[in-house]
Amino acid sequence: MATMQFDLVSPERRLASMEVSEVQIPGADGDLTAMPDHAPLITTLRPGVLRAIGAEGEKAYFVTGGFADVAGPSATILAERALPVDEVTGDLVEELISASETRRSNASDETADAAAKYHADLTSALDAIVGR
Amino acid sequence: MPSLKDLKNRIETVKSTRKITKAMQMVAAAKLRRAQEAAEMARPYAERMEAVMSGLAQAVGNSEGAPRLLAGTGEDKVHLLVVMTSERGLCGGFNSSIARLARQRIQKLLGEGKTVKILTVGKKGREQLRRDYSDHMIGHVDLSDVKRVGYANASDIASDVLNRFDAGEFDVATIFYNRFQSVISQIPTAQQIIPASFDDAEEVEGGTLYDYEPSEEAVLEDLLPRGVATQIFTALLENGASEQGARMSAMDNATRNAGEMIDKLTIQYNRSRQAVITNELIEIISGAEAL
Repeated sequence: MATMQFDLVSPERRLASMEVSEVQIPGADGDLTAMPDHAPLITTLRPGVLRAIGAEGEKAYFVTGGFADVAGPSATILAERALPVDEVTGDLVEELISASETRRSNASDETADAAAKYHADLTSALDAIVGR
Repeated sequence: MPSLKDLKNRIETVKSTRKITKAMQMVAAAKLRRAQEAAEMARPYAERMEAVMSGLAQAVGNSEGAPRLLAGTGEDKVHLLVVMTSERGLCGGFNSSIARLARQRIQKLLGEGKTVKILTVGKKGREQLRRDYSDHMIGHVDLSDVKRVGYANASDIASDVLNRFDAGEFDVATIFYNRFQSVISQIPTAQQIIPASFDDAEEVEGGTLYDYEPSEEAVLEDLLPRGVATQIFTALLENGASEQGARMSAMDNATRNAGEMIDKLTIQYNRSRQAVITNELIEIISGAEAL
């Protein structure tokens, strides 16, 4: 099976670097799956779950945003904040949601839409993880 | 001529100073390793970010409607200088070298009739610049309670800067920090962050044609603020490593100087002790001869 190089990096560290056969990316305009030899693509991310499927099985990461750079033999995800789904704790969920709510209430007219979308994406992603 | 007791006390003092500087050197060495690791870990993200942004910037280029963070406000009147220094002293010329660079830049800008605003990060830089330029200070970021600089800190500084930019408070922003070269050499650096500037020399390899989703402009719009935060984060990490490196070599020098001083004082102490003994002998002998 063809594989591609998958890297997930956050500003503070590299979270994952491995060979995978496909990556499911929560793109800003909808989910997409990148497989080896995907056409070069750069997309921004919405808050959601990123799945990398490789020889060792499936790994899922929660990302809050950032962007993905897919180019033929490699897929690099630059996430603002990312962590394995298993490590999402109640405290973190509370923190993210309250931060997002403050942002939404402080948003000006121009940014209100973006903030509302961010909040909706964030809550639905977290709901899916926590299983509410 | 100091008495024997004074000399002895003096030697003890210098010895305990040496112990302290030695300990500080060792602590700095340990911290330096951690700071370097942190800088190392942050590198892939920053490099990738830079590569994607410069590719995008070339694509969108100077077209109409390029984001203001890239194209600038079209003016060059008000400059914001973000001066990053350490929270603690005793690190050699670390803080003064940044302050000197900032001061030169301020003089130059003021000479050209520009308005200068200063945002300081770290206590030491504020103290040095406050003396001459307190009217220009518009803010200060205190990191003294932060044990380990995280992306969140950088992101806070970045959003502060960006809010000011959106409010039209300045046209050009530059950050000042020390780039870590080695333990003995840190290079004070000024880096323009708004409007974003890229090294034109570095052409994007091959020029892969990317699809952008949602669109080039939207991606760039999203990316540029992150780019600012990333550059500030990198600068903070470089600064952290530089600070520890500078402290390490400063403390190494201090330890060595203390050693030299102890040697000198010990010789002086022994000589005066010898002189005292000789004096006593002369007195005894001349006393005996007089009889």
